Amino acid sequence: MFKSIELSVGIFVGAGLAALFMLAMQASNLSSISSDGFYEISARFDNIGGLRVKSAVKVSGVKVGQVKAIDYDSESFEAVVTMQVEDKYNQFPKDTIASVFTSGLLGEQYIGLEPGGDEKLLGNQSEIRHTQSAMVLEQIIGQFLFSKASENDNQGF
Amino acid sequence: MAQPLVQIRNLHFARGDKIIFDGVDMDIQAGRITAVMGPSGTGKTTLLKLIGGQLIPDQGEIIVDGQNVHRLKRADLYRLRKKMGMLFQSGALLTDLSVFENIAYPLREHTNLSDSMIRSMVLIKLQAVGLSTAHGLMPSELSGGMARRVALARALALDPMMIMYDEPFTGQDPISLGVLVKLIRDTNHALKLTSILVSHDVTETLSIADDVTIISEGKLVAHGTRDEIMHSESPWVRQFVDGEADGPVPFHYPGDSIEHQLMQEVK
Amino acid sequence: MIHPVNSLTRLGRGTLFLLKVLAGIPQLFVRFGLVTKQMYSVGVQTLLIILVAGLFVGMVLALQLHYTLSTFGAEDTLGLLVDLALVRELGPVVAALLFAGRAGSALTAEIGLMKATEQLSGLEMMAVDPVERIIAPRFLAGFLSLPLLAAIFSAVGILGGYMVGVDFLGVDSGAFWSQIQAKVDFYDDVMNGVIKSIVFGFIVSWIAVFEGYDCLPTSEGVASATTRTVVNSSLAVLGMDFVLTAIMFN
Repeated sequence: MFKSIELSVGIFVGAGLAALFMLAMQASNLSSISSDGFYEISARFDNIGGLRVKSAVKVSGVKVGQVKAIDYDSESFEAVVTMQVEDKYNQFPKDTIASVFTSGLLGEQYIGLEPGGDEKLLGNQSEIRHTQSAMVLEQIIGQFLFSKASENDNQGF
Repeated sequence: MAQPLVQIRNLHFARGDKIIFDGVDMDIQAGRITAVMGPSGTGKTTLLKLIGGQLIPDQGEIIVDGQNVHRLKRADLYRLRKKMGMLFQSGALLTDLSVFENIAYPLREHTNLSDSMIRSMVLIKLQAVGLSTAHGLMPSELSGGMARRVALARALALDPMMIMYDEPFTGQDPISLGVLVKLIRDTNHALKLTSILVSHDVTETLSIADDVTIISEGKLVAHGTRDEIMHSESPWVRQFVDGEADGPVPFHYPGDSIEHQLMQEVK
Repeated sequence: MIHPVNSLTRLGRGTLFLLKVLAGIPQLFVRFGLVTKQMYSVGVQTLLIILVAGLFVGMVLALQLHYTLSTFGAEDTLGLLVDLALVRELGPVVAALLFAGRAGSALTAEIGLMKATEQLSGLEMMAVDPVERIIAPRFLAGFLSLPLLAAIFSAVGILGGYMVGVDFLGVDSGAFWSQIQAKVDFYDDVMNGVIKSIVFGFIVSWIAVFEGYDCLPTSEGVASATTRTVVNSSLAVLGMDFVLTAIMFN
């Protein structure tokens, strides 16, 4: 009788561990975190909008890494974003442009990389020179209204 | 006379506001059956638990086999308990183990005997209580009397020097009563045990006890050999032994008199 | 009914009791058979209710969320929301509540009855410590079982959500899983859920064995201790859930 108890407890523990394994591999991002190494590059932005640690880093829509840290440089008044990029994507030219984009109208923000044409490549700990800040909705609307208003003013005269 | 096996000195014990023992002194002689008797609710079971070290007295001491039970370290107390068997009123068998496993339990816990040795010992103990064929049953399949016999076999498993019986006769039919009386007497004499028997069944108890102690209202009211008690003139003893309704122990629960209570109704 | 001094006394007694139980755990590794036996009655026998409840909770979540999400055209995030709700909250919490009702009450009743029938005293008089042999294996079995049960609850719930969302309501299967794999973080979401269920397993098992051991050895005593186990451990789980959520996800 004790053998059958042991068997059913064994099945129970096995099922529990299988469930944990499923939660880890199928139902979370653990499987998409590559076991390969990463290299780090940084970029400075005037405004990062809603970018967060662990936001995606994408090239042509393909995820190649994630944001590792966000700091504020109080001397240059800029945000410094450190990114981890997977080792297998190490062919980015020096003049690559990093921009903060939004997926969809209200979606998450991510960093998009647009490769340039330089012969030299970005290495570990290098910095991207060309960046484009996040578009902040209020600023865009503000600019739009301002330009509309000035158009109207011009018509008035 | 030889050194008593159990010496109780100036025992005080209270549960909440209720005083159970109020200065009890008592000796229990080795090799004899000592009966502790008294009306229900006088803390006879509590006395056994105090001797076994399960309860701690408020004052006074209990010395068993030369050791002060309540001053012992845990390991020493456990070593002493292996020499004390206790038979609980309900039997206290482990309900999820068979009869065989119940008796094997203390052996498995405290000895390194092989399985075949344990098997023989269990069967010998069961044979002693006349239940060697019942070893495969579960406790729920036993009658009350059989459960007590199994519990006795278990209490004897470690060959103790003394056994404490808590109300062994309560709620038994005449046949199992006879069996239990015979078993207690025979095991005590055959194994040279010291037995402490707590009971309020006068006839059965007096038929096997060597010494008798009567406790009432926290005090020891009589102590002596069986013959002394049976011929005692004390009104306490007479009331208890003869089972009279009224006497030093009043028939009425203390409180307002009935006249007084009826008068209040009228008002 | 609730007297502050009495409650504090009980808390103190419960804590001292817990320390004794914890001290008894190391020697269980030599006698793991005792724990296996208890994991059967605590874990295996709770499995069925966990499977059924998990499946239905996942299915209902998918139905409800799909209704709301479809008004924004955001059905693709259905899997993500079902997964997050289960892994972070519902898995650990609902599994713990069911566990308290099914296994916790049974533990209390069993230990309480063993006390009422003098089995615990009997062990003590056989020079066997009932806390080591009876209580500690039950505590450890409960503590180990709940995280496994909670993981099974969440996994089954996600499958239930998948069934309703993808098979019945027409959400794209690829979108269902890719949203999950992109946005559910293993450490922040899954592991925090597991930590929650470990904490709950500890609390529920502790309350259950303490109430049983501390109950009045009568029928009413065992009955009211069993009720207290279910009520107190459910409240403790919900209260701790708030605290843990505030710490983990603030």
